[in-house]
Amino acid sequence: MLYSVFMLALRSILRNLLRSFLTILGIVIGVSAVITMVTLGNGATQSIKAQISGLGTNLLMVRPGQRGVPGGGGGIGVAQFSEADAAAILSQIGGVAAVAPEGRASLTVVANGRNWATSVIGSSNAWFATGNWKLASGRLFTADEQLAGAAACLIGETVRREIFDGTVGQTGLGEHLRVRKFSCTVIGILAAKGQSGMGDQDDTVVVPLRTLQRRVTGSVKVATLLISMQEGSDGARLKASLKQLLRERRNLAIDDDDNFNIFDTQQLAETLSSTTQVLTTLLGAVAAVSLLVGGIGIMNIMLVSVTERTHEIGLRLAIGALEHEVLLQFLIEAVVLSALGGVVGIVIATAASWGLSSLMGVPYAFDPFINLLSLAFSAGIGVLFGYFPARRAARMDPIEALRHE
Amino acid sequence: MSELLIQLRGVTKVYGSGQAELLALKGIDLDIEPGEFVAIMGPSGSGKSTAMNILGCLDMPSAGQYLFKGAHVEALSRDQRARLRRRFLGFVFQGFNLLARTSAQENVELPLLYRGDSAGVRRAAAAKALQAVGLGGWEDHTPAELSGGQQQRVAIARAIVTAPAVVLADEPTGNLDTQRSHEIMALLMGLNQDQGITVLMVTHEPVMAAYARRRVHFLDGSIAEDVANTHPTTAALVVPAPEPAGAI
Repeated sequence: MLYSVFMLALRSILRNLLRSFLTILGIVIGVSAVITMVTLGNGATQSIKAQISGLGTNLLMVRPGQRGVPGGGGGIGVAQFSEADAAAILSQIGGVAAVAPEGRASLTVVANGRNWATSVIGSSNAWFATGNWKLASGRLFTADEQLAGAAACLIGETVRREIFDGTVGQTGLGEHLRVRKFSCTVIGILAAKGQSGMGDQDDTVVVPLRTLQRRVTGSVKVATLLISMQEGSDGARLKASLKQLLRERRNLAIDDDDNFNIFDTQQLAETLSSTTQVLTTLLGAVAAVSLLVGGIGIMNIMLVSVTERTHEIGLRLAIGALEHEVLLQFLIEAVVLSALGGVVGIVIATAASWGLSSLMGVPYAFDPFINLLSLAFSAGIGVLFGYFPARRAARMDPIEALRHE
Repeated sequence: MSELLIQLRGVTKVYGSGQAELLALKGIDLDIEPGEFVAIMGPSGSGKSTAMNILGCLDMPSAGQYLFKGAHVEALSRDQRARLRRRFLGFVFQGFNLLARTSAQENVELPLLYRGDSAGVRRAAAAKALQAVGLGGWEDHTPAELSGGQQQRVAIARAIVTAPAVVLADEPTGNLDTQRSHEIMALLMGLNQDQGITVLMVTHEPVMAAYARRRVHFLDGSIAEDVANTHPTTAALVVPAPEPAGAI
């Protein structure tokens, strides 16, 4: 019985193909919007998490400056750090894996007859550990090179591509790269990391800290300290003791505010991904409203269909259809319609989120839960909005219905 | 003869209430035996359609008793009456009432669908019923592809596919020309004589009523005349004989 009623419903849907299509359009759009929004949102969250973990896991970034003070981030007028701070942190605080003092300058580098504007970083070998960098070829700095501020450098993948692509060997290893007024020898190529929230990480040239200080900035100050924690160490305690140590070293009185900021990449990751998750939920909710509107559309068409088929309903009742059989027929028709809309919506959403995710450069994060939920929800909408018209059909008086023209 | 198939006792039907109250049936008594062919006649407003609706278990009497095979129909629920209809009654309407864009086969299968018969049983029974009305080979045609007479034959096949005890025909020839009307009447008469199906037919055409073996005249909500037709087929002598079924 259920099967034949299902076939009846399917037949009547197929008989009105155009109308059926227009009826389910609302559901199709609703379902595909919800799934696409959620899938893209999840993809964006994943990509942000990946980018931040690419910066280095368990990484603390210390910058001079005061919170809430204009220009505080840049640290203008505030004491900078020194190499000695880095050494003190490493020796005095437990749970620290590596500390890298970092200086940066935006410069144009020249070699092989080509120019390239890039970011030149001065640091120690610890910098590669804090940033999860791998070597594609070559070597890191020697201890002598770091101490002496030698003219040696490692280059990122983007710099290699822009300067050395097309040369013999293509790597640029051993070549001379002119940075402002000095030349350095390329001793290593860094493995590519790709785009991050902070721009192209591979667009970089790394020289020993002293080389940068002496030949570029002309100061022994350090703008940033990068501190990577050991696996499993207590981040909150480490941060507290780091703060205490820096306050002592910077001679701050008890009632003075901190003149430095500690950024935690993990915290940053959590904040950013919770933001995208909120946005995803919000967009999904907006899309869900269109699903509801689609359901009302189905109710409208089912009501029209019931009125239009009054005669047919009268006939069915007259030849012995029971009330619940007529109810079931129209209910199943509504459910089949809306579930069909759900299926079409899922197909469209899969195509759309796949295409859009590659366009937006976020990973395609297929979420079986939201797909199943949307399908169940659309079928549920069929039950909810199909029930009223179906009941109206089932309760008709066969004589009145047969007389209806 | 045998036990009564239908017994109406003091059946009254009132429509509306108060000033607008309309007494459609004023205490009807009617007995029908199995195998009868009864023509129900009368002017419009005489109560014949109301009586037909009650006989077809589509409507309930306001007062009085309706016994179908000894069972009190007036005590049955809506669904119980539907079950009675699907088991014992077949309906033929003036306007054919076939489902549009649906093949003759599927139209005839419809009552079996509600009985829960399997596809194989439905197909065989529908083919047999269509054969019986002379439409063997027309199974796949939709109503739009059939003439009025053929459509009414499909409707008759739908009425007899469940092997009912009674076929209720409400002006079955009302929408047909004389030639087709006689063919349909011959078909109903054949079903009555060969298969023993009781036929109750509403008509206002005396020529068609002449096919029946009994005529019941309604007037102002009462039965004015209830006579046996001694020569049921005399009408066939007056007009050209109906063509054999299948020669359409």
